Amino acid sequence: MTTGRFGEFGGRYVPEALIPALEELDAARLAAMQDPVFLAELEQLHRTYTGRPSIITEVPRFAAHAGGARIILKREDLNHTGSHKINNVIAQALLTKRMGKTRVIAETGAGQHGVATATAAALMGLECRVYMGKVDTERQALNVARMRMLGAEVVAVEQGSATLKDAINEALRDWVTNVEHTHYLIGTVTGPHPFPEMVRDFHRIIGVEARAQVLELTGRLPDAVVACVGGGSNAMGIFHRFIEDDGVRLVGVEAGGEGLDGRHAARFATAVPGVLHGAMSYLMQDEDGQTVESHSVSAGLDYPSVGPEHSFLRDTGRADYIFATDEQAMEAFSILCRTEGIIPALESAHALAGALVLGRELGPDAIILVNLSGRGDKDMHTAAEWFGLVDEGPEATGEERGRPEGSRSKAQQSGLVDEGPEATGEERGRPEGSRSKAQQSGLVDESPEDSSESGGSHG
Amino acid sequence: MAERNLGVADVLARCKAEGRAALIGYLPVGFPDVEGSIRAMVAMVESGVDIVEVGLPYSDPLMDGPVIQHAVEAALSGGTHVVDGFRATQAVRDAGAPALVMSYWNLILRRGVDRYAAELAAAGGAGLITPDLIPDEADDWIAASEREGLDRVFLVAPSSTQERLERVTSATRGFVYAASTMGVTGERSTVGSAARDLVARTKAVTDLPVCVGLGVSNGDQAAELAQYADGVIVGTALVRALGGDGELGHRIDTLRELTTDLARGVREAAR
Repeated sequence: MTTGRFGEFGGRYVPEALIPALEELDAARLAAMQDPVFLAELEQLHRTYTGRPSIITEVPRFAAHAGGARIILKREDLNHTGSHKINNVIAQALLTKRMGKTRVIAETGAGQHGVATATAAALMGLECRVYMGKVDTERQALNVARMRMLGAEVVAVEQGSATLKDAINEALRDWVTNVEHTHYLIGTVTGPHPFPEMVRDFHRIIGVEARAQVLELTGRLPDAVVACVGGGSNAMGIFHRFIEDDGVRLVGVEAGGEGLDGRHAARFATAVPGVLHGAMSYLMQDEDGQTVESHSVSAGLDYPSVGPEHSFLRDTGRADYIFATDEQAMEAFSILCRTEGIIPALESAHALAGALVLGRELGPDAIILVNLSGRGDKDMHTAAEWFGLVDEGPEATGEERGRPEGSRSKAQQSGLVDEGPEATGEERGRPEGSRSKAQQSGLVDESPEDSSESGGSHG
Repeated sequence: MAERNLGVADVLARCKAEGRAALIGYLPVGFPDVEGSIRAMVAMVESGVDIVEVGLPYSDPLMDGPVIQHAVEAALSGGTHVVDGFRATQAVRDAGAPALVMSYWNLILRRGVDRYAAELAAAGGAGLITPDLIPDEADDWIAASEREGLDRVFLVAPSSTQERLERVTSATRGFVYAASTMGVTGERSTVGSAARDLVARTKAVTDLPVCVGLGVSNGDQAAELAQYADGVIVGTALVRALGGDGELGHRIDTLRELTTDLARGVREAAR
């Protein structure tokens, strides 16, 4: 067994060709974390570029929907590029330079990690290529445009299911070919050792700050810390400092999608351990061990496996994992918008949904810390359709651009949502009309997509 | 049949005695369908392949290029299962060649390493090639393969350090799979000097046969590699031949022609 195990989970299930690069990376990051120069540079970038420390915000009007418990948000949504992802990306980009490599590659689902990587690459003068499933490039055209504006090359991956897992496969194929000068900047706490440990360490600052901030605000530790779990980087980031605080419950919220009878990404509720993308962890797979496709309204949680340390925390009982369905997440999303004036990412909305349940369970004396891992600007198109905000009649949704084309119609089929005037699926037949109506409504800004298209043709 | 008991090491020794490299051919089970893939594997043996790599189709084949990706996607959507690999190994064995199963690790893990090893041995399989399993993670498989008498083919790559070469080869049984270039499976116009260098470095640390794969597409390239490798591994070019247009019988004829050319190549090399 190699190092880099969390109990039975983790490891290095990758081609031999990558082992020297993983060993080089492991040595480089261990040395860097002991190097005052590296740490000072990282600290300064976080202070002057990322925007750290991020604040905490108590949300009493939201908490009224959660049985009156005190709910405190850790505002990673206020970081540069709009999510926690930048914490890890800035650090790995610094490491890339330290190792003398000139090119970074990354995978991205919703686009947040891709945007953060493109940002750090621009800042540090690194060549950058981002792999994104073709389906996701269509769902998240705005983020494709952002990455291209930042100078990154975005590759739409058409293999397999054309989503995040296939983007990772393609990134690994690139890495094994170009490993000499390329660093694979993995965006979450999975992959072969040392990625799960390293990415966790780079996000650990979330929990370190939040623990001190909650103590200062309330005079005590929270009763529970809640975070959404896709790969699980924001959750490991906020959990880690609290692991030794026995009285603090750690609660991860997975994407329940359409519910366990439908398509979902609730790995812990349904799956058994297996190996995907270099790590042993809980994995959605069929009887033969073939990967089963996951589903969530939130692209960032739409992944069939999960970081190995989460599997360890789950099996040892230190953390609990629950799931929130698409519908529950969208309800929590709406409540936070309307009660607190904060638009969360759909991923983070799952954590909020978990907090609503937990607050009712723990009662009004409880303090619940929620990691608000990202902001929801990227999700406005999905939200506008879900809540019927682009209400121009049957054709007026512009669904061809957004995530909910599949999820929305599937949600309708399963009867989870009311049939709004926009919910007929007729727009598939006339995308031109739906696009223009969406533009007229002013909710869907066409210019970024236009620039992504022209960026593609000029690229 | 006397051939039935021949293992990978026996075949490689026999080839060496004949003054030539072995030809090792890969095809995925289930492409174009299970019966067709078995017919094709048997045809390869009849046309000069010494050892067959029986590929198990996997949903996330991260070491494979586009040609093999498309073939295994087709195999999976056609309903191919892990157990179909046992029928293929049995058929290859009956045709007189050892069959090594090439599988990504999760398929074996899911079935249970001990159970899979016992079933593979019962189906006449010679062992496993594991592209995403390094010896460091392979304690269970090493124990099971010892128990069942199965070969363990691990990979080395141009990036492998001396220390890694020693570690990998000391865990290997059968032959060492030298990936000739950094990258995924696929045909390449030149195999390059990296392969020769890697074979030399590998042979410096082990007495095991060293076979070279990744990139070979014709008899002339096979001849070039056969000058210094104990075996030449061909995959993508064979899959492409089988995946062409026309009816299956015609495509298998194309596969036979390519195999014959490759078999000529491994025999022509000046050793």
